[in-house]
Amino acid sequence: MSLFQRLKKRMAGEAAEEEAKQGAKESGENEQGRQEERRASLSSRFREGLAKTRSSFSEAMNELFAQYREVNEDFFEELEEILISSDVGVETVMEIIDELRNESLLKNIRTTEKLTPLITEKMAEKLDRTGEDSKLNMNPDGMTVMLFVGVNGVGKTTTIGKMAHQMKAEGKKVVLAAGDTFRAGAIEQLEGWGERAGVDVIKQQAGSDPAAVIYDAIKSAKSRQADVLLCDTAGRLQNKVNLMNELAKVKRVITREIPEAPHEVLLVLDATTGQNAMSQAKTFREATEVSGIILTKLDGTAKGGIVMAIRNELNIPVKMVGLGEKLDDLQPFEAEDFVYGLFKDMIEQAPADAEDR
Amino acid sequence: MAFEGLGERLQSTFDHMKSRGKVTDEDVKAMMREVRLALLEADVNYKVVKQFVNSVKDRATGQEVMKSLTPGQQVVKVVNEELTQLMGGEQAEIAKAAKGPTVVMMVGLQGAGKTTTSAKIANYLRKNKNRQPLMAAADVYRPAAIDQLETLGRQLNMPVFSLGTEADPVDIAKQSLAKAKEEHYDYLFIDTAGRLHVDDSLMDELQRMKEAVNPDEIMLVVDSMTGQDAVNVAESFNEQLGITGVTLTKLDGDTRGGAALSVKSVTDKPIKFAGTGEKIDAIEPFHPERMASRILGMGDMLSLIEKAQTNVDEDKAKELEKKMRSQDLTFDDFLEQLGQVRNMGSMEDIMSMIPGAGKMKGLKNVQMDDNQITRVEAIVRSMTKQERQQPSLMNASRKRRIAKGSGTTIQDVNRLLKQFEDMKKMMKQMTSQQKGKKKGNFSLPFM
Repeated sequence: MSLFQRLKKRMAGEAAEEEAKQGAKESGENEQGRQEERRASLSSRFREGLAKTRSSFSEAMNELFAQYREVNEDFFEELEEILISSDVGVETVMEIIDELRNESLLKNIRTTEKLTPLITEKMAEKLDRTGEDSKLNMNPDGMTVMLFVGVNGVGKTTTIGKMAHQMKAEGKKVVLAAGDTFRAGAIEQLEGWGERAGVDVIKQQAGSDPAAVIYDAIKSAKSRQADVLLCDTAGRLQNKVNLMNELAKVKRVITREIPEAPHEVLLVLDATTGQNAMSQAKTFREATEVSGIILTKLDGTAKGGIVMAIRNELNIPVKMVGLGEKLDDLQPFEAEDFVYGLFKDMIEQAPADAEDR
Repeated sequence: MAFEGLGERLQSTFDHMKSRGKVTDEDVKAMMREVRLALLEADVNYKVVKQFVNSVKDRATGQEVMKSLTPGQQVVKVVNEELTQLMGGEQAEIAKAAKGPTVVMMVGLQGAGKTTTSAKIANYLRKNKNRQPLMAAADVYRPAAIDQLETLGRQLNMPVFSLGTEADPVDIAKQSLAKAKEEHYDYLFIDTAGRLHVDDSLMDELQRMKEAVNPDEIMLVVDSMTGQDAVNVAESFNEQLGITGVTLTKLDGDTRGGAALSVKSVTDKPIKFAGTGEKIDAIEPFHPERMASRILGMGDMLSLIEKAQTNVDEDKAKELEKKMRSQDLTFDDFLEQLGQVRNMGSMEDIMSMIPGAGKMKGLKNVQMDDNQITRVEAIVRSMTKQERQQPSLMNASRKRRIAKGSGTTIQDVNRLLKQFEDMKKMMKQMTSQQKGKKKGNFSLPFM
């Protein structure tokens, strides 16, 4: 609590300065143009936040750290706390802080203002190494098969429902496979989504072999000449060896039918999950060669910072984020938006911003 | 994550500073840093960690801790004690209304496991407490949530009240309560929709439900894998609804479960149940002290340490060591040693308390047979006093007598004598090499 209070106070002191900064910004034509461009790519939720402050992420960071004019241990400690409170994970936080500490010494950076771009850069870089692989891999000729995996209750079925809806709207023919034959009501839940999106759902009875369901689904999706097949699976905790073997089998069945498939194995992660997400990513990758992460439930207060550690250590990119309950709340992942989100609370608690609401 | 308990980490920190002979403030700081990191890695909220570390620091800097030979272990002990205390020492029961059905409202974020937990607790109460529960399906938002509860009800042969997805959840709550009263159910479990704690309209709906049925228990269902955000969720549900208890789900995973500590410390409401598996009967009353050890990532190592401390008499241990060095180890000493080991519990218990022991390759196939120890004990007890002091006295007739007396065979007696000799030889080697590099095949006769 005290941290937020301190920040609030700090922000109050900075309100005047912020206005001045905004004035300066508007005069810079080039800056403005670049900002416009970037803003267009921002997802709606973050866009709202940014529109209010009329400042880019880096500037918001500047503003945030303006309190600490000097780069010193207090500053690094504060930064460390912000990152840890976002579930980034101790190890990765230490790494980031150490790198920043070294670079600030090396480049003789004394003011936080000059360090801010470095922070943004460093973190965005950790999340998005090439900038290329955060797009969903679609099969250019023929059917794209995507397998959804994850622990219980992360939102696999809901994510599939949203994705089906979006792909249908893009004019693709989508088929869903009800591979969660274990949880009570899971098949009905997927059917509900199928109905809503207007796409076919291939299912068998509850309790049947998931690999058989997926096999069936591939056959019938092929015969229906579907563009995309989205395969649901039952949630499972990663330390259940039998269940992980079952999942590996499901994947083998897909690959046997279509050698280059699945084109994506998407691990669905709940943003509220803490350090255990790392263990999930490791184990699911071993079993199914996870190719990307979908981070759900980012509309709450959780930041999902652990994906930064996962990207850093395992190099699995985040591909989509879930930002709400609405159908179009599933959005492509933007590294910079995400980093902004980590610091969002601090930035939005600025009193100047509160007055706007 | 490679297994690394707090104890080992603290000890290695301490080993670094040992050479200087004196514990400085810096050293204490370093140790507290390890405590802090361990807790953060276990997902305990950083604000909670801060408070906690401060309270531990005072106790840990006490004389007896820093003067002891194993300050690392001592600090762990302090940390564990403080943790257990913070978790709430005693196990808390689910509420029971004085009159009429006890109303339990299940609330929480999406995907925490409310529906499954409702059915599990209802089933637990029916099975273990002989109560008749009714479940009400008030999640009208998530597709097929009602189907899920109804399917569970069918599996358990337990009644489920539902008005479909078009009804108002407040109405569902009211009508289900009327039904529970009319038909004399003991418990009513209202399964509500998952919602974000920052979703004002849905939180408002919960408040209206609360007013309508006046629940005896508002159970917050929390995923044990939750990270730093657990405090925000728990704080906000508690402020807006006044929760009375918590159920921690998915504890069968490999999470450390620091969220438990965060939730407990911001709400001060007891954790009452723990979900431990996918099967419908995988639920159990929550044990605070076990959670403390789990958060620290050390199995039940602490209870083992404590057991060892209370059961092994220090003076006797020293005496034994002296005898080992002078190589006049006798069967009497051996018997005593066995007795001390046995005081700590069965071999299987002891093994299960050592974290990671189940995963050790060599140990997987070793059968921890308590009967084996009993047999060894019987053999030694069948020896005369003289024989115990002087094993060299042993001849065929003595061996026959001992075998008969202990209900074993001569082969068994021979094996024990041989192992005892080997043990003595090994002691000799060990003491002569001081700290030999070879670890040898040290094995107790009963292993």
